[in-house]
Amino acid sequence: MDRFALDVAHLFAGGLVLVSFMLLYQDRMTGVVNNFALHALVVSLAVAWQAHIQHAPHLYITAAIALVVKAIIIPLALHRIIVRLGIHRTIEVVVGIGQTMLAGIGLVALSIIVMLPITAKAGTLTQQDLAFALSVLLLGLLMMISRRNAVSQVIGFMSIENGLILAATGAKGMPLVVEISVAFSILIALIVIGVFLFRIRERFDTVDIHALHEFRGEQP
Amino acid sequence: MAIALNLLVQFAQMVLVLALAPLFAGFVRKTKAHLLRRQGPPLIQPYREVLRLLRKDVVLADSASWVFRVAPYLVFATTWVAAALVPTFATGLVFSYAADVIALVALLGSARFMLALAGLDVGTSFGGIGSSREMLIASLAEPAMLMVVFTLSLLAGSTQLSSIAEFMQASDVGLRFSLALALIGLIMVAIAENARIPIDNPATHLELTMVHEAMILEYSGRHLALIEVAAFLKLLLYVSVIACVFFPWGIAVSGQGPVAYLAGAGVYLLKLAAGGLLLAVFETAIAKMRVFRVPDFLGAALMLGFLATLLLFVTMAR
Amino acid sequence: MALTGLLWCVGALLAVSVAAIPVARLRSASTLVYGATLSVSALALAIAIACLLAGGPLLGALTLPVGLPWLGAHFRVDALAAFFLIVVNLGAAGASLYGIGYGRHEEAPGRVLPFFPAFLAGMNLVVLADDAFTFLFTWEFMSLASWALVMSHHRRPGNAAAGYLYLIMASFGTLALLLAFGLLAGPAGGYAFEAIRAAPPAAGVAAAVLVLALIGAGSKAGLVPLHVWLPLAHPAAPSHVSALMSGVMTKVAVYGVVRIVFDLLGVPTWWAGALVALLGGVTAVMGVLHALMEHDLKRLLAYHTVENIGIIFIGLGLALAFAANGMRPAAALALTAALFHVFNHSVFKSLLFFGSGAVLTSTGLRDMEQLGGLIHRMPLTAFAFLVGSAAISALPPFNGFVSEWLTFQAILVSPALPQWLLKFLVPAIGALLALSAALAAACFVKAFGVTFLGRPRSDAARSAREVDRWSVATMFVLAAVCLVAGILPGYFIDALAPVTRSLAGARMPPQGALDWLTIVPVAQSRSSYNGLLLFLIIAFAAGLGAEAIHRWASGALRRSAAWDCGFPDASPATQYTAGSFSQPIRRVFGSVVFRAREEVHIPPPGDLRAAEMHVRLRDVLWDAFYVPITRVVGYVADRFNKVQFLSIRAYLTLVFGALVALLMVLAVWQ
Repeated sequence: MDRFALDVAHLFAGGLVLVSFMLLYQDRMTGVVNNFALHALVVSLAVAWQAHIQHAPHLYITAAIALVVKAIIIPLALHRIIVRLGIHRTIEVVVGIGQTMLAGIGLVALSIIVMLPITAKAGTLTQQDLAFALSVLLLGLLMMISRRNAVSQVIGFMSIENGLILAATGAKGMPLVVEISVAFSILIALIVIGVFLFRIRERFDTVDIHALHEFRGEQP
Repeated sequence: MAIALNLLVQFAQMVLVLALAPLFAGFVRKTKAHLLRRQGPPLIQPYREVLRLLRKDVVLADSASWVFRVAPYLVFATTWVAAALVPTFATGLVFSYAADVIALVALLGSARFMLALAGLDVGTSFGGIGSSREMLIASLAEPAMLMVVFTLSLLAGSTQLSSIAEFMQASDVGLRFSLALALIGLIMVAIAENARIPIDNPATHLELTMVHEAMILEYSGRHLALIEVAAFLKLLLYVSVIACVFFPWGIAVSGQGPVAYLAGAGVYLLKLAAGGLLLAVFETAIAKMRVFRVPDFLGAALMLGFLATLLLFVTMAR
Repeated sequence: MALTGLLWCVGALLAVSVAAIPVARLRSASTLVYGATLSVSALALAIAIACLLAGGPLLGALTLPVGLPWLGAHFRVDALAAFFLIVVNLGAAGASLYGIGYGRHEEAPGRVLPFFPAFLAGMNLVVLADDAFTFLFTWEFMSLASWALVMSHHRRPGNAAAGYLYLIMASFGTLALLLAFGLLAGPAGGYAFEAIRAAPPAAGVAAAVLVLALIGAGSKAGLVPLHVWLPLAHPAAPSHVSALMSGVMTKVAVYGVVRIVFDLLGVPTWWAGALVALLGGVTAVMGVLHALMEHDLKRLLAYHTVENIGIIFIGLGLALAFAANGMRPAAALALTAALFHVFNHSVFKSLLFFGSGAVLTSTGLRDMEQLGGLIHRMPLTAFAFLVGSAAISALPPFNGFVSEWLTFQAILVSPALPQWLLKFLVPAIGALLALSAALAAACFVKAFGVTFLGRPRSDAARSAREVDRWSVATMFVLAAVCLVAGILPGYFIDALAPVTRSLAGARMPPQGALDWLTIVPVAQSRSSYNGLLLFLIIAFAAGLGAEAIHRWASGALRRSAAWDCGFPDASPATQYTAGSFSQPIRRVFGSVVFRAREEVHIPPPGDLRAAEMHVRLRDVLWDAFYVPITRVVGYVADRFNKVQFLSIRAYLTLVFGALVALLMVLAVWQ
């Protein structure tokens, strides 16, 4: 694999990790949604480039799905939901932003330490993609556990899926069937979550999940 | 004979840097004015300001000590020496091996130390505000700077600016994402250290927005002229570092002869103009942050540096 | 032989210590005693320098027929011991010279004069000891002598508690060292260091010994979390003793760690390096953050010692990691950086403590919030303190910068390490080091600025006077050493070569022969630093600027009230205080590390009461670590209290039970 192709793939994969960090840095709702659109855009570019160098045309379809659905349709829908629900625009964080970012760096280091020796026999491209994909996955999880707002947790969940797409394309040979079934299950999950969000909002006037605590029965 | 010539070239760089610094500041001001659809002051206005200050009396507060009087000279000397050690039109000059990037940052730290002490010397609350905020910003900017240096030294195998510039120019570094991250981190640190928007406003005298201006509030006359020139030199230093490390094309190597030096100087002026334009656009485009958002800003620079190092480790693990 | 000379010097110190008991009542007692210790320390310093530079013919070992009958007392001087003897005796000579002037103000000379030479003798003996028993005995002797000095003003509030905590931590440290030496000696019981060197322990035992040595010697050096006694005990002692404890005794503890880990344990493991370096990094940042929150001058300096010990341990950890991977030149670089910082810190920390002692003598105050404007009243002390502050903040061209620069260079070599954890950990530790260096500069701007600059905040500060010439002379000598070590570091690095060669198996490239006296840690193409050239160019630039100003600028100058944006306020209470200076840093870091909370009570308009601001800081380590331990100990002690009140039959049952248990153990072991 020539240097240029490798460098561009590295650019996109590293860029995905960077955008995951930018997701962690945001403290406003619209910023999070726009950043997620950027996240999906970068992953679709990464997949398209993989399609080009691996000469695997079916990956172009994956890239197109990621671009249209995740970078355009879902952010637009989320913007509408935010306006309709009238959710207030700042996101409460559990721990400070600085500490979250430090934890994020630790997670990236951890994924690299874990992944590089395991994939030592694979090609350089696969090594990089898997290490960065694991980082994106962990960063998405970190976002889910460090935010109190349900919408940002949903975004964290979807960024995990982007990481999985990167891993799958990097490992060379993800059949279209797998991609469609994974996307479909994510879609179902999102619809269910969306329904619940509306119900919660109707009932409690807020989507801060902390508020749900008071209504749990049998507190110790 | 050869050593006398080398010394001459080094001295020429020192003079060049001193002469260009106010012009650069004037260029940035003029560009900002044009972006705001104003005429703006003439390009040589900073020179006129310095000359005007030199002609004025010095008014010293009753409680000022010798530290207050000596500090401007030390600040000026250390900043000038640091600026003279950065490759501008040629790398590998005689004195450039006396200090590497870490020593340069520490030299600027010496200047900042003296200035912060001068701020506390007169015993007013403005000086205290400036000094304490300046030390906070410095304490956050130094780790970020170190991470950028680490990334560069990982790639180039050296912390000497001359060696790094020659490495970036000569070898095929390729498209490196880590270098882009390091560049952004370095730009953020440079903005913080030079008291530009969004960290500090160099054109204001309101206490809520002052860091650098608060420390030098009591200075007047020739002392203030020295400190202003030192501030211009510091800005020129950071732009030169960014130019020679990340955009080293056109830099001459020491010993290539006067034609190469002149060509290098011409390219350097072009790079300065581009840097000044970008700085003016950036400053006009965003607003100043409140002081307690500065840690977030510099923390982001630190994270970018860390990330650059980690990503570089991945690509170099072959 | 050099060793005999050194032992005679120690004997002379002990003799002075005994002689000081009857002599203490005389008026000139302090001059006599400190003069005697000064001459003996200077002699020992000269011998030690000769040992380090000349090497082979002067080194040697000796066994005295004192102590345990089958062991004797082994003493040895090798390159490492010679270097640490230089550090100890330089500090001792400085403290003695300072004491000649400072000791005149001592209110209880009978409590200080006999123990000071004993303390010096103890420190020298620890460095010379060559077997475990002598080492531990002299270590305890050193601790007890310094404890007596800490308790010399025991009626002052807080000093008795400080002494009590010091005694507990010192005993705990010696216990850990006892266990470490026991493990090292092994079942054969060979306590001489020669025997231990010949039989390096197995991997698990080596790990236990490392941890015990870190606990034992590290607690005396001030490693987090065992540093809590340091900021209480060091300031309680008289100022020249504080300088010795912070500047020299902590270095003797570092010597203990180096001797055990580098010399006696054999080849290290890489995770040992990671552990030591990580501890060093955390110690550095915690120490300087605590220092920033302090407004007592001597406690600030004591916390700062903790920070510098952290920097030294970063260098030691890196040296261990490199040595474990067989990268000998890199290990030599890291070790040189750590040892050079040992020397530098002892010099500038002594200087700073002497300065604070001068302030204390002159104003009777240690609290920075009551001082200010002392630069006008005590100009010489202020100048020396400024040089010390610049040196400790790692600013070129002073010596603190050179040792920190060398540590950074060692960090930059770390990508060559094969272990991934080390590869990621070392840049993080580098960031911690840069953070602590920048915070140290902030701390000393605060310390110097609030104490010496500005306007005086109390009558004591207004009526301060310069101290006597002995104190001032000592401070200037140390300031000169700071500058010289910063401008000519090549010679110091070359002098450390025999030490690193014996411990790490390599040395840094010879520095003395390079042109223009540059220092090159690894290779010329990689990085270099020239302190002398920088100093000359800066002086030249400053001179050029001053000359140009003198010629072309207006020379007029007049005094007036401060501008202060048009509100010149006569009250010095409007100045920035130490607490207000560190407020931004307290907000950014303190809310996490100290759980700092600020509360402001402002009375409503019309109410004439003063507004109040309360800042609450909690020492997280004290709460999480020490308080539970003391609770457990208290609980267990309460339970065991019942043993005091048993009947005779119960006591007999206890004796019977112990005997039967021992017999059962013996039966099983057979």
